[in-house]
Amino acid sequence: MNIETTGTGTLAIVLIMALVALATRWGGVYLMSFVPINYRVKRFIQAMSGSVLVALLAPMAVTGDNAARVALLTTAVTMLLLKKPLPAIAGGMVAAAVMRYF
Amino acid sequence: MTTANTGLYQLDGSLIWSGFRQLAPISVFVTVFGAAFGLAAKQKGLSDTSIIAMSALAFSGYAQFALLEQWGAQIPLFAMLMTALAINARHLLMGATLYPWLCRLTPAKRYGVMLLASDANWAMSMRAFSGGRPGFGLLLGGGLALWFFWVSGTWLGVYFGNAISHPERLGLDMVMGCFLLAMAVGGEKSPRMLIIWLVAALSSLLAYWYLPDNSHVLVGALAGGVVGTVWGTHDHEH
Repeated sequence: MNIETTGTGTLAIVLIMALVALATRWGGVYLMSFVPINYRVKRFIQAMSGSVLVALLAPMAVTGDNAARVALLTTAVTMLLLKKPLPAIAGGMVAAAVMRYF
Repeated sequence: MTTANTGLYQLDGSLIWSGFRQLAPISVFVTVFGAAFGLAAKQKGLSDTSIIAMSALAFSGYAQFALLEQWGAQIPLFAMLMTALAINARHLLMGATLYPWLCRLTPAKRYGVMLLASDANWAMSMRAFSGGRPGFGLLLGGGLALWFFWVSGTWLGVYFGNAISHPERLGLDMVMGCFLLAMAVGGEKSPRMLIIWLVAALSSLLAYWYLPDNSHVLVGALAGGVVGTVWGTHDHEH
């Protein structure tokens, strides 16, 4: 089935996109309400929360250009040294910009 | 855990405002991506109103860009649904990871604060909770900041988009990556966590290369979660 990208079709596409986003924002919470939160589940959630970040970042680092890799490295090192996110993020972006300038 | 601390689950105007201000510096950069979306969508021939309505109602950056890639005279409904679901699937993980705290709220508040859940405010909120600080102000107030700048950016892109044709030259494409990495590095560090991260990273890469598009976040996060459940069950008992 195809949707026309004119008139009411566009409206339908906007609504579908909004509903999918809403369903995923609420779905995880709704499904968890059927899961008893015991010690094991807590450990699973705790391990998963760090893993979401790593799973987002790993392909970015491996498949990105050198500027992307240098940016991530700069952020990680600055964060370890200063323990403040804003300078770490700013440092990473500046590193990427400098790498791409030359 | 800090189950006795009811202050952790507080949500009031001042916490929301504080969350808004803490996420505002990052959100300003989100404006650029909103503008990039607005410009790209306009070039594909979407109407001004529908572009801004999509950013305001769907508020899901990657999925919106992916939709534009499929744009033509017609769009196959099933492919569009599957792409949007796969990209937005990480919201499911965000809701699940916040559930131990969300379950303390009334259902209306629980689903209300999730309305604007997104990568950056979720990460800040998780970090606050695991450090024993209230996180719902960051989730909702931070979400409002991200939403506001994403929609404003989209609007700017629709009307004045040509000014920012190459955000990557300024390193702006790295803002979310650097932000999420700073959150990860600022969190708990232990040999156990390192193993979990390695498994998450490896499995997300394998999924990225060999499994369907956009499955890598789900696969990596679940693999890390499973390792965290079976690995070292006897330490950190309380």
